[in-house]
Amino acid sequence: MTVTGAPRIVTRRLGGPAPWTLASYLDDGGYDGLRKALSMTPEEVREAVNVANILGRGGAGFEAGRKWGMLAKSEPVYLTINGDESEPATFKDHMLIETDPHMVVEGALICAYAVRADQIFLYVRGEFALGLERLQAAVNEAYAYGAAGGDILGSGWSVDIVVHPGAGAYICGEETALLESLEGKRGYPRIKPPFFPAAVGLYGAPTVVNNVETVSNLPWVMRNGADAFAALGEGRSKGTKVMALSGHVKRPGNYELEFAKVTFRDLMFDARLGGGIREDRQLKAFIPGGVSSPWLGPQDLDVLLANEKIAEVGTMAGSGAVTAMDETTCIVRAAWRIVRFFHRESCGQCTPCREGSGWVEKILQRIENGQGREADLDLLMDVCDNISPGIRWPPAQTTICVLGPSIPPAPASGIRMFPDELLTHIREGRCPFPPDRLPGRVAHV
Amino acid sequence: MSDPTPQPATTTAGDATAPGSAAGHTGREVPVHLAPRPVITESAVGSPPPPVPRSPGEMVTVTIDGRQVVVPKGQLLIEAAEAAGTYIPRFCYHPRMKPVGMCRMCLVEVEGPRGSTLMPACYNPVADGMKVSTTSEMTKKAQDGVLELLLVNHPLDCPVCDKGGECPLQDQTLAYGPGESRFVEEKRHWDKPIPISELVNLDRERCIQCGRCVRFADEVAGDPLIDFYERGDRTEVAVFSATHPFASYFSGNVVQICPVGALTATPYRFRARPWDLDQVESTCTSCSVGCRVAVQTSGDQLVRKIGVDCDPVNWAWLCDKGRFDYEAVNSPERLGAPLVRKDAELVEVSWAEALDTAAGGLQRAVRAGGGANVAVIGGARLANEDAYAWGKFARAVLGTDNVDAQLGDGVPADVLLGLPRATIDEAASAPLLLTLGTDPKEELPVLYLRLRNAARERGLQIVELTPTRTGLSRHAAVTALHRPGELAALVQAVTADHDPTGDVAGVAAGTIAGIRAHLVRAWQEAPVRRGRPAERPSIVVLVGRASLAEGDAGVRAAVAAFSGLPGVAWLSGLRRGNVHGALDMGLAPGVLPGRVGLDQGRGWYESQWGAELPMGRGMGTAEILAAAARGRIGGLVLLGADPEADFPDALHAVKGLAGARFVVAVDSFLTDSARKADVVLPAATYAERRGTFTNLEGRVTHLGAIVTAPGVAWPDWMIASELAYRLGADLGWSDLEGIWAEITRVSPLHAGVDRVALAGAAARDGIVVPAGDGGAAIRPPRPLDPMADPGIASAELHAVAPTALAVDVPPVKQASEEERAPMPPMLTTPGGPAPPPVPVEGDAHRLVSRRSLWDAGTWVRHAHHLSPLARAASAALHPDELADLGVAPGDALLVSNDRGRLSLPAAADPSLPRGVVAVAWNAPGGPASSLVDASGRVVTVRVEVAR
Repeated sequence: MTVTGAPRIVTRRLGGPAPWTLASYLDDGGYDGLRKALSMTPEEVREAVNVANILGRGGAGFEAGRKWGMLAKSEPVYLTINGDESEPATFKDHMLIETDPHMVVEGALICAYAVRADQIFLYVRGEFALGLERLQAAVNEAYAYGAAGGDILGSGWSVDIVVHPGAGAYICGEETALLESLEGKRGYPRIKPPFFPAAVGLYGAPTVVNNVETVSNLPWVMRNGADAFAALGEGRSKGTKVMALSGHVKRPGNYELEFAKVTFRDLMFDARLGGGIREDRQLKAFIPGGVSSPWLGPQDLDVLLANEKIAEVGTMAGSGAVTAMDETTCIVRAAWRIVRFFHRESCGQCTPCREGSGWVEKILQRIENGQGREADLDLLMDVCDNISPGIRWPPAQTTICVLGPSIPPAPASGIRMFPDELLTHIREGRCPFPPDRLPGRVAHV
Repeated sequence: MSDPTPQPATTTAGDATAPGSAAGHTGREVPVHLAPRPVITESAVGSPPPPVPRSPGEMVTVTIDGRQVVVPKGQLLIEAAEAAGTYIPRFCYHPRMKPVGMCRMCLVEVEGPRGSTLMPACYNPVADGMKVSTTSEMTKKAQDGVLELLLVNHPLDCPVCDKGGECPLQDQTLAYGPGESRFVEEKRHWDKPIPISELVNLDRERCIQCGRCVRFADEVAGDPLIDFYERGDRTEVAVFSATHPFASYFSGNVVQICPVGALTATPYRFRARPWDLDQVESTCTSCSVGCRVAVQTSGDQLVRKIGVDCDPVNWAWLCDKGRFDYEAVNSPERLGAPLVRKDAELVEVSWAEALDTAAGGLQRAVRAGGGANVAVIGGARLANEDAYAWGKFARAVLGTDNVDAQLGDGVPADVLLGLPRATIDEAASAPLLLTLGTDPKEELPVLYLRLRNAARERGLQIVELTPTRTGLSRHAAVTALHRPGELAALVQAVTADHDPTGDVAGVAAGTIAGIRAHLVRAWQEAPVRRGRPAERPSIVVLVGRASLAEGDAGVRAAVAAFSGLPGVAWLSGLRRGNVHGALDMGLAPGVLPGRVGLDQGRGWYESQWGAELPMGRGMGTAEILAAAARGRIGGLVLLGADPEADFPDALHAVKGLAGARFVVAVDSFLTDSARKADVVLPAATYAERRGTFTNLEGRVTHLGAIVTAPGVAWPDWMIASELAYRLGADLGWSDLEGIWAEITRVSPLHAGVDRVALAGAAARDGIVVPAGDGGAAIRPPRPLDPMADPGIASAELHAVAPTALAVDVPPVKQASEEERAPMPPMLTTPGGPAPPPVPVEGDAHRLVSRRSLWDAGTWVRHAHHLSPLARAASAALHPDELADLGVAPGDALLVSNDRGRLSLPAAADPSLPRGVVAVAWNAPGGPASSLVDASGRVVTVRVEVAR
């Protein structure tokens, strides 16, 4: 049960003994959702998903049912499950794949049935060694059990599943880069138009790309009905959401919460959840939806965890990764750390992202090292503006994909929320935060 | 001429379905019994792409900088703006490649339903009602930003960069960029230039990751030997390993299209600064494709050739041989003075003495044995005017018809000249291209690029009848590998009125049936496909010699079999320089200028030239050499010809040259054959003399002159004039313009082709002759895109004659009826019936010998950056045969027959059938011509392990 009393949908089997095995999964009603789906027509399954109104859990929050409805009418149709979760502070799919791989497989199968897919690709971040092992084992078990491959569960319907490990590039989580990668090419996001893989996807065929958590909801929806799912949450944000809480809280971790019923304050401070800031310090700021989202401050703690509510305060729910920063956090270092990630992961196609990410990182590094100039704040904002004009949310972009606009939020939030702290770095010619007060290896970025 | 504008479909559906529907064609009906059936042999690359869907011609209205323009729906914004006169800056976009949207330089503000956004103009199509601003604050900010970001990691080493002065990054930074950079940190560092091939160097620090080179290599050249490595701002262009360099025949193009100085050509590096270059627009004479080029010089030396975007021909591409062969023009080995043999040695003499000696020798020969006692071999190196001058000199002054521009390695002129010709555009847009074994990748490289593009992007089906695989085989629908020497039998089976019951010439019956199905499909599709009118060819046959180790009987049989079929047009695969110009000017036995038969044109030309023409058809090169060997040739002129190297039968050539009593060589180099001449006259080459060139389509283009010839070398026409003068004749003109005026007056092929207009900057595409009833209209070329063709200052491109600059495309001169009436008819049907089959007998292996781009030819040998690229000769066999012989690749094999013996390293080629050994033609270290005899039978050899 979640803190609001709603059932746990995708994390309900966590904590049991070896939940990744088929035996354990079957004990908990595993593959009943698929059986239910197979007893319905694909249209009926799609309709149920429409009623459930499952928002995509990968970050963009696009309704899964709508995405499926956009498929071009041609064959073959491919289903690709995006498990290339690689962003710092985002670790929900990692957990789902490692602990409940059969749920991911069953969800993918239900989805494939609904969209009449001819082949399923499970694209998983290459660094998830254990997850890949367990997912492949789950696929093998599913084949042996008759839930995958030919004549699935006696229904006459067949589909194959391939587990495909990524090769270490964050950009391959961008859906079109993922498709390029699957095709064996460089992981370059594709130019749009065509805008959606549903029209032109893998090998040019109509393709559904869904997040791991998104399809993990499907077995529960099939078993318990779309209405039960839609009864949870509020507005567009239905069901539950796994929040990956990290940073300076006492109890970091994944928490499945009913959508739109819990605030950031609850998440970080409720004793059953984050349990408050470590050493009972003050919260300085927090990242609400992954490191590509604009930051919020303590004044925004009462915003509800719902896509549309978070959008109202100028940022995003994203993939549900919340990072708390306490008063000992050096804002420059935090922004530098985040930008460094995007710099290293920029694919290099578009000039603004390829060159801008490195330049912004170098400026932040300079400021942190005490070599900043006051003009650097305007420079930072202007370089960011050249990557994402207006530095607004939702962002505009000068790049092919949204990795570019992911660069400005951290430095821009830092400058907008804590201008004095940056100026202190510049005027004092040093970072006011002693390195030894910083946890872990962040000091060495 | 091709018509690049969309044509509405004009034929009805009924045309599409009736097999005999090629009603618009002349010739015999399509044999209806050739029923369509599944194709048996598809190439390994899979099914062909569907034809490109045509825009139905719908137009949309867009507003660009406040001006409304009407453009075709679906056109890219960047193209629409350019057509409307608005240049949008760009780096990665190239009009001849697919857009990728990487550099983001072309961002423009577009007003949409949800407010203004920045959109890349290079891959977004126009939409009706779109409002675009290329000068708004938003656009300018984006341009400023992208340029500043591009310069973050770009070194400012412009003063020592080859691109400085013609650099799109420099130019666009000045035009659209910020005045200065705010970047104060350290830039990215890499080792300064690293070679990625023998010809290309890469400076990764300068690279702006536009991907033009990488895309060119994959998309255009089909040699994906370079790609991006690493990611982000550590992205670098790289070869896959040090042992796999960027060894593409087309590598120089990446240097040309690189928008910065990241890729530089070894032959050009540090040779010149762009602002010191002079240039002239000209035509590449390296092969017969006739790519348009800008020839650039510094200090009276050629330093660079750049491909000019000529829509019907080369699309701005060049092969490396054409691009870098200018090193041979600059070669210190060039002949700069006349030579005369004195006491067995060739010694330098004055022109007067050399001409007197040459004229005297030729005169003695004529006196001794009449015109039949003299002969002229060669002419493909010459410009059209030179060839005309020499043809007139030979027939009207020497009185001989023994003239041949080909060296026994081509297709008889009277077979070729009567065939209906296709243009490259027509071949590319036809449903089917059938090759008789020519390997365009090796012999006509830029034609290969065009055909490859057509096969990949336009649905052209290629059927190859060939003894070994070619560069085109990867893109062919069917590659029918026939036994060497049995092309005639295969062609007969393909065009017979029934499917074969068994294998023919080593080709499976099913494959032949598949080819026949392709032919039928082409006939069915041609009338409606992409709305082409019915007079466009359904089937284009690329006619040329596959192997020089057999005669031309197979090709002649193929011509006889296909020439009567409806909708068939021909693309000549003769490869040597201006060979088509030479043939059109009458440098072939029995052919007078303008593709006129000797007998049909005798009266006309005798009246025009005021001289008696020789009676009876003269001899071709093989017969001339045979006659010379028997002592029947008293005077032989080698017109830029080197029979010892180029005639297929080396022994025959050597004997012929030895037997000719008096030999005059007119050449730019002292070739093996020229060394044996009695008089050697130095000739100017391209870029040293003006003229016109005729390519394999019959397209006449201008050859510019920009450097002085070495020493006292002369243009060939001048030598002909002076020799004629010494023989008491006046050829009738004293300059090129005079020659051309006479050509257009007397040649039915060239009537109306205005030379002054051809030399104008507007005549980049030239004129295809015969020009037809529409006249020789000059189609203005599309403007050069300075970003697509950096290095060519289009405004500075000037034609040679100062007067030409003042001429602004004059109206086409139509010959009046009186002028035209007495002209003789041009050849319309190929001469002669199909030859009888040549029996195959002899040794166990049949020899196949084909040309490769890099060989031991005169021009490659004298271009010092190209000569190391020639691969040493080898004897290639199927790996199983190597195993049977117990040898590994590289081991020595002895290849011999009754003509000669060669010791060659073994090579494995799994595509070769058993019983066939392939030895490259004219490769360094193994003259295959020593095994070939001129009888025309397929050469057989013994293959043994060398002891």
